[in-house]
Amino acid sequence: MSALLEVSGISVTFDGFRAINNLSFEIGPAELRAVIGPNGAGKTTFMDIVTGKTRPDSGKVLFGERSVNLLGMTEAQIARAGVGRKFQRPTVFEDQSVAENLMMALKADRGPFAVLRWRPRPEHHARVAELASEVGLADHLPRKAGELSHGQKQWLEIGMLLAQEPRLLLVDEPAAGMTLAEREHTTRLLVDLAKTRAVVVVEHDMDFVRRLACKVTVLHEGAVLAEGSLDHVTRNPAVIEVYLGRG
Amino acid sequence: MTPGSLSRNPSVLIFLATLALFTLAVTFLSEAAGAGLISTSFVKTLGKTLCLCLIALAMDLIWGFAGILSLGHFAFFALGGYMIGMWLMYARTEVIVVEALAGAGLPPTPQEIRDGIASQIFGVVGGSDLPAIWAFAGSLPAQLALVVLVPGTLALVFGWLAFRSRVTGVYLSILTQAMTLALALYLFQNDSGLRGNNGLSGLQNIPGAEAVGQDWLSVWFFWASAAALGLGYALAAWVVSGKFGSVIRAIRDDEARVRFLGYPVEVYKLTVFTLTAVITAIAGALYYPQAGIINPAEMAPIASIYLAVWVAIGGRGRLYGAVIGAVFVSLLSSWFTGGRAPDLNLGFYTVKWVDWWQIVLGLSFVLVTLYAPRGIGGLFDLIAGLRAPDRRGAALGPGDGALREQEAKE
Ligand SMILES: Nc1ncnc2c1ncn2[C@@H]1O[C@H](COP(=O)(O)OP(=O)(O)OP(=O)(O)O)[C@@H](O)[C@H]1O
Ligand SMILES: [Mg+2]
Repeated sequence: MSALLEVSGISVTFDGFRAINNLSFEIGPAELRAVIGPNGAGKTTFMDIVTGKTRPDSGKVLFGERSVNLLGMTEAQIARAGVGRKFQRPTVFEDQSVAENLMMALKADRGPFAVLRWRPRPEHHARVAELASEVGLADHLPRKAGELSHGQKQWLEIGMLLAQEPRLLLVDEPAAGMTLAEREHTTRLLVDLAKTRAVVVVEHDMDFVRRLACKVTVLHEGAVLAEGSLDHVTRNPAVIEVYLGRG
Repeated sequence: MTPGSLSRNPSVLIFLATLALFTLAVTFLSEAAGAGLISTSFVKTLGKTLCLCLIALAMDLIWGFAGILSLGHFAFFALGGYMIGMWLMYARTEVIVVEALAGAGLPPTPQEIRDGIASQIFGVVGGSDLPAIWAFAGSLPAQLALVVLVPGTLALVFGWLAFRSRVTGVYLSILTQAMTLALALYLFQNDSGLRGNNGLSGLQNIPGAEAVGQDWLSVWFFWASAAALGLGYALAAWVVSGKFGSVIRAIRDDEARVRFLGYPVEVYKLTVFTLTAVITAIAGALYYPQAGIINPAEMAPIASIYLAVWVAIGGRGRLYGAVIGAVFVSLLSSWFTGGRAPDLNLGFYTVKWVDWWQIVLGLSFVLVTLYAPRGIGGLFDLIAGLRAPDRRGAALGPGDGALREQEAKE
């Protein structure tokens, strides 16, 4: 099985500070991966690079069967190529309704002229309703996203991500601000999603990571410190020292 | 426009009906067609106001919906005016020159006619050659095409450069203002080919319609302006009604997030910028024949700021708000500055409105932005029972043009 995403030897420097240091990473087309690491380890920066927000100083990011190089592409092109992203802080369009948010995210032609002519058909409304019920927002479709609770916004953003139908999902701290029941729902959803696509989850909460029951990559100072099952990495002395030993 | 989108936008029907009634009323009260209660010059003022409503509409699309505070749209407005003005001046001068040359025995050659026109038009700036940019001035269809093409191309090129380098917010506003200023300064030069600070004049005389009096011409232009405004409103409402409207409002509130949804944000901005530039240019091409004269002073920075004030006072992001703002402020402004407003005697000081109007306007702008950011349009929300969502003072997105808390409707 060849990798869907292949990151090799990337480095990024912010004002002389090496946030990512010769990092390499690989994930298959239907795989769930948890990325953990202390604050400032470079987890969000890693996602920024894959999604085109930050340009690395060196290295390669190859995606898909034809191994296209994502580094030469804009954020929008990368998103259209099939990389979806959920941010650490929930970002939805607060002035628009839940339905409008989801409708915008639905997979469709993104060009301005196609979008100008595009009008929702019954199947689009049905898909939006389906997505909304999947993330527990079925009763909130006409409400403005700005009125939702923090947890509901997280869900809406996950719903938007699903609507995009990405092949690779990058999820930054999805469980932050969620209740226990919501966390369980999230875990199930992520595990389910990873059956058909690649999912990278960044998370601090060890219980959450344990429930994902997947391979774990530990980042530290912008590089991979260890990789393997959660039990395997938590036994690693280097990991214990930088990560667990401190907390 | 589909029936569905009309029923979701009742404001379009209300707007068009109001505009139609207003047009009929003005026609029946005008000197040309009816009671003569409205003077020809006031019909022109009303016609010009409708053109200003159209540019305000364009401003609302680009600022209220897409979040780009453009201070450059008066450049497109003036360019539209210049393009139609070139034909008006050329064709009218041609009539005069041909008449004058008819006295001499031999029929004049085309070259003699061209030379005659050139020295007539450019005598004031000491020139006698027709500049290259006047190559198509003799052709109405060509100049009409240029009304759209010249400002459209400028918007496309300028927008491409500005958006591609991801200039946003206040820097973008400054850049658009700089473009306008540069264009104005260039046109002020006598050798710019557009008669420097003299500008183009006599535009109220329509070649080929010499037999028609100004009373009827004013009504014709009033009708044309009303039609353009009606079409412009319907177009703008259609543009913002569907997913495109969602996307540009999303760009206004958080453009980085829109990129991660896969939308090419820069292309959207460029599309809206160019579309609004073209709408604005058409408004300008209708405005200046009613004004009679155009010169580079029309592009002064203050004009673009006025435009932003109209939209802000009317309430941004709701189309009809921009129109109301433009009507309200520009009519009030011409009343106060026209010397028709009676002085206010405070006993110790007499307020002369001609001097004080600008200050009142500036003050009301500040007050509206601070205390009633939804502007006059907010009154309609009060009637409809809409409130602003309580977001504890947070704006609706990190974008520089993002809607503020109190501007939103629940
Ligand atoms: N744009 C930037 N400019 C300067 N420094 C930055 C920038 N982005 C990130 N950094 C620095 O890079 C390092 C890695 O940051 P990053 O946000 O990737 O960490 P993280 O692993 O996501 O941490 P957390 O768990 O707190 O979310 C940090 O020290 C941060 O201060
Ligand atoms: Mg982070």
